[in-house]
Amino acid sequence: MKKYEILKKNKLYDNVHEYEIYAPLVAKNARPGQFIILRVDKDGERIPFTICGYDKKRGTIKILVQTLGYSTLKLSLKEEGDALEDFVGPLGIPTDLTKYENILLIGGGIGIAVIYPQVSFLHSIGKKVDVIIGARTRELLMYDEPIAKASKNLYMMTDDGSYGEKGFVTAKLEELLKTKTYDVVMTVGPVMMMKAVCDITKKANIKTIISMNSIMVDGTGMCGCCRVTVDGKTKYACVDGPEFDGHKVDFLEQRERGAYYKEQEQEAYCKLRKTLHQDHYC
Amino acid sequence: MKNRNKPRLQDPIERGKNFNEVSLGFDEETAILEANRCIQCKKPFCMEGCPVSVNIPGFILQLRTKNFDEASKILKETNMLPAVCGRVCPQETQCESKCILGRKGESVAIGSLERFIGDYAIKNAKPKEIKNVAKGKVAIVGSGPAGLTCAADCRANGLDVTIFESLHEPGGVLTYGIPEFRLPINIVKSEIQSLKEIGVDIELNVVIGKTIFIEELLEEYDAIFLGSGAGLPIFLEMEGENLPGVYSANEYLTRVNLMGAYKKDSATPLVKGKVVAVVGAGNVAMDSARTALRLGAEKVMIVYRRSRKEMPARHEEIEHAEEEGIEFILLTNPVKILGKSHVEGMEVVKMDLGEEDEKGRRRPIPIEGSNYFIECDQVIMALGASPNPLIVNSCPELKTGRNGVLIVDENLETSIKNVFAGGDATSGSATVIQAMGAGRRAAKSIVERLKSK
Ligand SMILES: Cc1cc2nc3c(=O)[nH]c(=O)nc-3n(C[C@H](O)[C@H](O)[C@H](O)COP(=O)(O)OP(=O)(O)OC[C@H]3O[C@@H](n4cnc5c(N)ncnc54)[C@H](O)[C@@H]3O)c2cc1C
Ligand SMILES: Cc1cc2nc3c(=O)[nH]c(=O)nc-3n(C[C@H](O)[C@H](O)[C@H](O)COP(=O)(O)OP(=O)(O)OC[C@H]3O[C@@H](n4cnc5c(N)ncnc54)[C@H](O)[C@@H]3O)c2cc1C
Ligand code: SF4
Ligand code: SF4
Ligand code: FES
Repeated sequence: MKKYEILKKNKLYDNVHEYEIYAPLVAKNARPGQFIILRVDKDGERIPFTICGYDKKRGTIKILVQTLGYSTLKLSLKEEGDALEDFVGPLGIPTDLTKYENILLIGGGIGIAVIYPQVSFLHSIGKKVDVIIGARTRELLMYDEPIAKASKNLYMMTDDGSYGEKGFVTAKLEELLKTKTYDVVMTVGPVMMMKAVCDITKKANIKTIISMNSIMVDGTGMCGCCRVTVDGKTKYACVDGPEFDGHKVDFLEQRERGAYYKEQEQEAYCKLRKTLHQDHYC
Repeated sequence: MKNRNKPRLQDPIERGKNFNEVSLGFDEETAILEANRCIQCKKPFCMEGCPVSVNIPGFILQLRTKNFDEASKILKETNMLPAVCGRVCPQETQCESKCILGRKGESVAIGSLERFIGDYAIKNAKPKEIKNVAKGKVAIVGSGPAGLTCAADCRANGLDVTIFESLHEPGGVLTYGIPEFRLPINIVKSEIQSLKEIGVDIELNVVIGKTIFIEELLEEYDAIFLGSGAGLPIFLEMEGENLPGVYSANEYLTRVNLMGAYKKDSATPLVKGKVVAVVGAGNVAMDSARTALRLGAEKVMIVYRRSRKEMPARHEEIEHAEEEGIEFILLTNPVKILGKSHVEGMEVVKMDLGEEDEKGRRRPIPIEGSNYFIECDQVIMALGASPNPLIVNSCPELKTGRNGVLIVDENLETSIKNVFAGGDATSGSATVIQAMGAGRRAAKSIVERLKSK
């Protein structure tokens, strides 16, 4: 097997792929909540993805990737048997939800990919949790079946009502909190969704953990690109996180930081799509 | 006394638009002319100024008789990377500051001569001889100048050496920090290639403390050298510092150098500032400012809280920056960064110099009520760096001192037996040649340890 070879590629939805990648050194010490950084090819940028699963015996790591822009589109062109240029990890601090009893996990969009391994990990140690997952439309609501099997209750929400209930995850959260209580809520998804969840749980006084998808370069604390303000102090998402106390995170700042390269990203994406003759969206 | 010969430089206006090397170095004729200025002191003070005591009169003597191979050999006895040091050493505070000729006139251009021989040595490299002095396996963490030197020396003494590097390219600051126009990447690459040729194994994409733990390394290796550098950027912890458009110099330079953002079709984005303020006045600040200029900024400012005299950068870099049109706003310190959704400017305060501190540098004191506003759309923080705590956090038995530097004994051994350390990881941000010197000393201790086994 080649270093960083794609052993398996699964198309979950139109623009979501699951990859199993050969990286025994990364698999050896990987734990839930950690992430990797990869480069697709020689001139590629360094892009982070959550570790969705690992197999220490086979020496593999699973990641789930939503095609959003230039680099993820490039990645989607790679097939089984191809090797990635670089693959480094496991990075970040692992999550430890084992000390809690009543747990609610909320995943939005690609954030479901981060929630899913937590649910299955907790299930494997005998803990059943409640889960809310939400997405724009049925197409993007992934892993619903395995999550349903591994959780106590699964609530599914779509913006357009094409599957599950119509509405946002926050609507479901508010509804649940009328009758239930939790020791901890963990939420992963778009910045503004995590903010909305935190606004609700803060009022209800429930500890809430979020996972910050900051823009990153090295992933080892060297560049400071992934800065997040938490409780008025600067933290690095790659080494201090990616998880933080959601009630203390400055989400609005994160939204601005996340958009800094938008113009250039868009331009690069369109250019690549043109060369691939998929430019009808640009 | 003849005047010192100057290396050829690219035209200041022209070079401000490209990333090619600024200094073109000496040609053979000029090198020999310059070498002839050295009076071959019996007691060469220049050597006292060099942290690794390069045999300066020795290599210069061979240079002027055109024995370039012999000159290379002499240089490499103490300095594995002469082509690098010739370019980046702060000679004016090290070797050249002590040269006897400098007392009455201008010192010998030791750096430029060293560069000349260094470049010759790269073109005419012969593989290093390996002697079987010691036996065992050594893991080197980090591939900066400290790690590379330690690896070379351990290998030359017969040890099996593996370098672990967290990034996807080796070279440390030489690769991700110092820009192409000052240190061409091909020089670093060819030095690394010669290490591979003598059998040093380089494993990229391995973060020690995350991918592999120190305790795991100790199971497999007889000794470890930590040359992990000082990669944690320092910020001022002031208002507005996390606004988009505020970069650490590390991030800015990494995007440009390591990730190639200066090339047209690079996948890694970089927002090109129009008016860029760089805070700090060390080499890192000069490199950032000159990089911003080359990326097309209309105006680049260095904002520094002390005066010109205290600027820590190499003199040559300050001169070059000035020639290229970088503005220096001295005795000025930022107070906060302003902007709605990204940087729009910086509030600064004027400074006065007060009494000297322990290091003899006059302490800057803000002048009350002198605050004013500098308009800019990008701020680059180049305030230095401290050792990255990642390894220590994963291995608390490693003792650290002030600012997180690893504590080592006189043999460069850390608080864990058989784990050695050196370079910026033990000193905080210093220089390439000091890091190399430490790598060499640690290798000596390791070889000694594994010889007696
Ligand atoms: C710790 C961490 C874990 C992550 N885990 C996953 C994962 O499991 N699966 C997955 O698909 N993605 C994950 N991401 C996000 C992923 O890294 C980005 O989607 C990817 O870098 C986009 O690259 P691109 O060049 O294709 O798109 P770009 O052109 O860079 O971006 C396209 C769009 O996505 C937005 N975007 C860019 N970078 C990020 C980012 N870091 N986070 C969120 N939005 C971004 C941009 O604003 C833009 O609108 C994670 C990010 C982090 C920091
Ligand atoms: C922009 C800039 C300009 C400079 N200019 C000059 C100059 O002109 N002259 C001069 O003499 N000095 C200069 N310096 C300082 C000089 O570069 C450093 O002192 C020198 O590089 C230190 O060498 P080192 O080997 O200790 O560390 P580094 O060069 O920092 O190398 C450390 C390496 O270790 C790797 N690493 C870190 N942690 C881990 C880990 N956990 N696992 C695996 N690998 C790891 C890093 O990725 C890096 O590659 C400059 C520095 C900068 C940043
Ligand atoms: S290594 Fe640096 S300080 Fe020493 S002689 Fe060479 S240029 Fe001078
Ligand atoms: S001190 Fe100056 S003149 Fe004397 S040996 Fe050294 S370089 Fe030559
Ligand atoms: S990504 Fe560089 S410090 Fe976090």
